[in-house]
Amino acid sequence: MEDMLFYDRMQFAFTITFHYLFPQLTMGLSLIIVYFKGKFLYNKIEKYNDAAKFWMKIFALNFAMGVVTGIPMEFQFGTNWAKFSELTGGIIGQTLAMEGMFSFFLESSFLGLFIFGEKLLGHKLHFVTGFLVFLGSWASGYLIIATHSWMQHPVGYEILENGKFVLNNFGALFSNPWLLPSYLHNQVASLITASFVVGGIGAFYILNNQHNEFGKIFLKTGVVFGFISSILVAFPTGDLVAKNVVKHQPVTFAAMEGIFETEEGGSEIILIGQPNIQDKKLDNKIAVPNILSFLTYQKWDAEIKGLNEFDADKYPLNIPGLYYAYHIMVGLGTIFIGLLFFAVVQLFRKKLYQTKWVLWSILFLLPFPYIANTMGWYTAELGRQPWLVYNLLRTSAGASPTVSSGNTLFTLLGFIGLYLLLGLLFLILVGKIINKGPQLLKD
Amino acid sequence: MELFWYIVLMTMLAVYVILDGYDFGAGIIHLFFAKTEKDKKAITNAIGPFWDANEVWLIASGGVLFFAFPTLYASSFSGFYLPLIMILWLLIFRAIGLELRGQIHNKMWEAVWDKAFGISSLLLALFFGVALGNIVRGVNLGIVTDGVSTHEPHYFFLPLWNPTFSPTAEHLGILDWFTILLGIIGVVSLTIHGANWIIFKTNSDLNNKLKKVVFNLNIALLVLIIISLSVWHVIDYKPFKNFLNDPWLWIFPLITFIGHFGLFKVKSFKKDGLGFLFSSLFLFGGITTTVASIFPKVLPSTNDVNPSLTIYNVAAHEYGLTVGVYWFVIAVVLVAIYMVIQYKVFKGKMDDVGYGEH
Repeated sequence: MEDMLFYDRMQFAFTITFHYLFPQLTMGLSLIIVYFKGKFLYNKIEKYNDAAKFWMKIFALNFAMGVVTGIPMEFQFGTNWAKFSELTGGIIGQTLAMEGMFSFFLESSFLGLFIFGEKLLGHKLHFVTGFLVFLGSWASGYLIIATHSWMQHPVGYEILENGKFVLNNFGALFSNPWLLPSYLHNQVASLITASFVVGGIGAFYILNNQHNEFGKIFLKTGVVFGFISSILVAFPTGDLVAKNVVKHQPVTFAAMEGIFETEEGGSEIILIGQPNIQDKKLDNKIAVPNILSFLTYQKWDAEIKGLNEFDADKYPLNIPGLYYAYHIMVGLGTIFIGLLFFAVVQLFRKKLYQTKWVLWSILFLLPFPYIANTMGWYTAELGRQPWLVYNLLRTSAGASPTVSSGNTLFTLLGFIGLYLLLGLLFLILVGKIINKGPQLLKD
Repeated sequence: MELFWYIVLMTMLAVYVILDGYDFGAGIIHLFFAKTEKDKKAITNAIGPFWDANEVWLIASGGVLFFAFPTLYASSFSGFYLPLIMILWLLIFRAIGLELRGQIHNKMWEAVWDKAFGISSLLLALFFGVALGNIVRGVNLGIVTDGVSTHEPHYFFLPLWNPTFSPTAEHLGILDWFTILLGIIGVVSLTIHGANWIIFKTNSDLNNKLKKVVFNLNIALLVLIIISLSVWHVIDYKPFKNFLNDPWLWIFPLITFIGHFGLFKVKSFKKDGLGFLFSSLFLFGGITTTVASIFPKVLPSTNDVNPSLTIYNVAAHEYGLTVGVYWFVIAVVLVAIYMVIQYKVFKGKMDDVGYGEH
């Protein structure tokens, strides 16, 4: 039984982690593409149209990867988490079915038109199709986070005698207080990924002295979009998400912040340290007094409950994992703000393209928003464990009753092999597009 | 409400099979009949702008199944675990075959992705026929062994095959001679369907050859259908009961019949779209006839201990089903608008769309 649950969890974790590498780029990138196309319509400078078309190619490849790795996600609710699906399908089935009906049809219909239809449609309609692709991908994110929010903070339900969750208030799924902060946090985080990819490729072109004109457009756009979104991801969105956690999942909050003891007179914020679960303390700690209390409640001496105040059976299953995921996310987010602030200052002083160390840093940091996004999701998901539906349905009660661990390990290994191949092919092809550059793609 | 969502779900699945079915069929034609680079180009152009949106029908159908019939979704997806995951792998292979082939101009690269696209299309067509066979034949619900359920009454698990490949064994497999027979019917009918789509959407040199292929495969299809009709009595399947009770249901076999016999006239059609229309009718009729014959069952039980799954014992609660109607109607109107726009922009022949050229 234990093995079975372990492989079910590993398969879901592996396939969702891999899957989300693609939507996090496409959601942010769709907005930047719409910006390029819109800017072209406004100023009629051909380069912006070429920029939109260049990023559309990378978008299309990412989108295809997102689709093919996304279908397994929807299937796995049934194949590996049958009991969970049976008990909660009447509720999370709503939002997931809506995602299929409202966003996937929108995205896929208009992506075909956006890619193949520029000549047939003319520039204005072409812009509209791009905008609809953006709308579809953001609607998809919204409905997924609505589903996620219900699992974190269930609302609008009742539980029948046979254990089934049934919906009794459809509107509550969308007025869930967990939804809006998480959604906005996630979307601006995805914009950071897209900004670093666009800006990073721009920096690469400038440093490598190829496609210079486009390099400047990409870098400037990436830096501006990235700076704004890296501020927004921390404040107000990240702040609001954290306030939800401390209010509704206080034990999760204590674990992710690494707070074992409740401190009188206010809690410190942990910058670095290693949780020591055996002795219930933090090793090698570097902390700043009272900051956590202030950030959470805007009072220097507000009380924050430490882990020691809770029953151990309510603890998140993997406290060190949760703590590291959260701290890596926050640490990287802070670095992004710092670097992009310098970049924006240099941009205003018209020295950005000559400031080599900033260009190198942006290029070097290109993969890191992917890590920060992934760690953010790990914080949310590890923070909810051992629950599938917070405080109501345990993960161990959600797996498929008839699928043996041998079968799950077989398919997990298959997914690992297949996705490694996919990842390799993806990198080769993206590399090819980037190397060719926007101008050469025209013919 | 259960009946409404049942009709919605079956319609969506039929639409999926008709739409993605021509993609699979085109893949099979690509595998066996496309000899020149020009032929291959014609085939990928014919499906290029559509296949991705067609696959959304599968995802959307899955979503509606999950939301309206969660118990059926949970039971069937975990019970058919291995073939479903393999279908996912095949869909991935097929998609990367299509998308990546044109990205690098190299004979070996192209050959690999041609085969990936063709073979996965063939296997998917086979698997979908096999799936229909499994639903007609039923499964051992509750995994009854020696007269006792070993699991909850609505759960089961099937391995890919049992050593005898028999559809009447106590412990069944996904593949037995009956389900494989339906799998072959699936391959043949989708090949016909794909050929009709290519004839419809291209002016390729293949078209005349494909008309002959459609005609010959249609004869093979007739033979296969007669064989499958004559082996019904082996499995516990009483197809005529519903049709005798509700005579209006004969409309579905009638549609199948019109589609099937219409295709024998393929060589004399004046309009290229007619063949596609008839094979769509055949597929629609075939699927609806099959599911109507077991209604209200959606997954029959092969043992006497546990009852079959019907639309009434697997559905979600009334409130959720009712509120779903509102958003669903809005969504369907939107989808219809998208489809009209999409097919208007890409109407006519697709020879110049330049799919996969980078």
